[in-house]
Amino acid sequence: MDQKVISVKGLTKRFGDFVAVDEISFDVFKGEIFGFLGANGAGKTTAMKMLTGLSKPTSGTGSVAGFEILKQAEKIKKNIGYMSQKFALYDDLTIKENAQFYGGIYGLNRRLIKLKVNQMLESLNLQDSGNKLVHSLPLGWKQRLAFSVAMLHDPPIIFLDEPTGGVDPATRRIFWEKIYAEASNGRTIFVTTHYMDEAEYCNRISMMVAGKMVALDSPKNLKLKYNAKTMNDVFVQIAR
Amino acid sequence: MRVLYYIIRKEFVQVFRNKAILPMMTILPIVQLIILSYAANNEVKQVNIHINDQDHSHFSRRLIQKIQAVDIFHTTSSSTDHQDGNTALLDGLADIVLNIPPRAEHTLLRTRAIKIQLLVNAINGQAATVGSGYLNQIIIDYNKEIRSELISGILVKPKLSPIDIEYSNWYNPELDYKTFMVPGLLGEIVTVLVMLLTAMNIVREREIGTIEQINVSPIKKWQFIIGKMLPFLVIGMILMIVGLVVGKLLFDIPIRGSIWLVFAFLLISLMAILGMGLLISNFANTQQQAIFIAFFFVLIFILLSGLFTPIESMPLWAQYLTIPNPIAHFVAFMRNVLIKGSEFSDVQYRFMVMGILAIVFNSLAILTYKKTT
Repeated sequence: MDQKVISVKGLTKRFGDFVAVDEISFDVFKGEIFGFLGANGAGKTTAMKMLTGLSKPTSGTGSVAGFEILKQAEKIKKNIGYMSQKFALYDDLTIKENAQFYGGIYGLNRRLIKLKVNQMLESLNLQDSGNKLVHSLPLGWKQRLAFSVAMLHDPPIIFLDEPTGGVDPATRRIFWEKIYAEASNGRTIFVTTHYMDEAEYCNRISMMVAGKMVALDSPKNLKLKYNAKTMNDVFVQIAR
Repeated sequence: MRVLYYIIRKEFVQVFRNKAILPMMTILPIVQLIILSYAANNEVKQVNIHINDQDHSHFSRRLIQKIQAVDIFHTTSSSTDHQDGNTALLDGLADIVLNIPPRAEHTLLRTRAIKIQLLVNAINGQAATVGSGYLNQIIIDYNKEIRSELISGILVKPKLSPIDIEYSNWYNPELDYKTFMVPGLLGEIVTVLVMLLTAMNIVREREIGTIEQINVSPIKKWQFIIGKMLPFLVIGMILMIVGLVVGKLLFDIPIRGSIWLVFAFLLISLMAILGMGLLISNFANTQQQAIFIAFFFVLIFILLSGLFTPIESMPLWAQYLTIPNPIAHFVAFMRNVLIKGSEFSDVQYRFMVMGILAIVFNSLAILTYKKTT
């Protein structure tokens, strides 16, 4: 558990005078479920964009999956999976077509794609629906599908940006079971969420307030430190 | 290469799964061709004339007969009062008023010269020019006739005008307006549709959020752009084929030049147009913005394309503006090759300009497409 897969020092992003992310530094280890918390507008999404190569940091350095954020963004992209808060599969393609496309653009070959897609459909219990348009699936299913598609190319790290927004509790439960399974296989999960019950599931949690990282510890230690019963109380105390 | 294959396949599946695409490639160009080539028409078919004959002589009746024998003149009213003519013109009932003064024949026989008056409503410039031109011609002919009659009275051989002009209309002998318009319209339709479709396509990915998913993947910019271009290249080709078939069957447009030359040029033009569409999409966040930007350019491009008004009659600065205008080159090319039968050597300038446009637009499109924010 002590192999660093994400390591960031003084990462900063400025938009003009506004400092969206203010010198954050942290490490994430292999197989960890790392919760990335903060109020809306605290800078979570901007920080995540810098880690995934979508946005260039104004200053600071760091590495993701062993590659430099500043110079090797394209190499990082090969080694991460990403699932955004916006649903990012194509509604007008079938489940299979979506999976084939995302497998294809990560350079998997035809045989491997076929194998992976079949495995994926099986694990999602969608064997008979492979040729259905994604459009026709309920939201919870879409999110689970998006998560599976984001891992089709077996990335060592996966970034989840509010993956369970708008999903019912039962499906969220299934979703988190899947996350646990992936983490126990050594995959690192970097997840943002606004659901504090989900935060409890994380190995460690970081809290961002106004661009700064103000807390970083396990849920248990954070609750002790802030003398709170639930993560909800911790969040309200810190964010206020 | 494998990555490119998957990108292209996805784009094709998406584009051709869109139910609006098929009618757009077939019905839309046909309807546009039919409506525009019949309606967007500068041909003057009818000129309304008001005849105000205050003479009522053999002389005036002969002139009126000659005018009424011409098909395009439609005598809407006639009177013997000067004021009636003016009213007809003011009310828009007449395009031209012909005033024959009282005692015209008498004056002509005595002084051998009279004056008659044409009042022309120049609001409809085309009808005014064409109508008064025809009328002038009739009066000149009549003039000759009368002169020869008057002179023959004194037994002198009638002196005809020394220069007789005979017209021969090359490339479009019947001066068929549709022959002129359809090839140009075809160029315009293909260009506009393809540009809009391309611009909308990428912006749509931005709107629904899938572009972010693409941007965190290792897809290279050029792969993404080629994937976006190819389906629309095919659509452009299909549009052109449909348009040519319709043009041939419905309007019997001539196809004098090489059809391969047309498609070679189409290929280069489509690349330029696609590049332009991609460039627009890079500056728009919503489909609405994309349409507005595209509309801004398309409107200027069409009005300055020479499709409806000849480029040669534009002010010089506007003529320079037509150089980076793909529609202008396309329209000119289509007319030259289809109607005139131009060969490669005649249109190589257009190939060169279009090639440069393709390189410039696409380079800009790749440069301004950012995978990062």
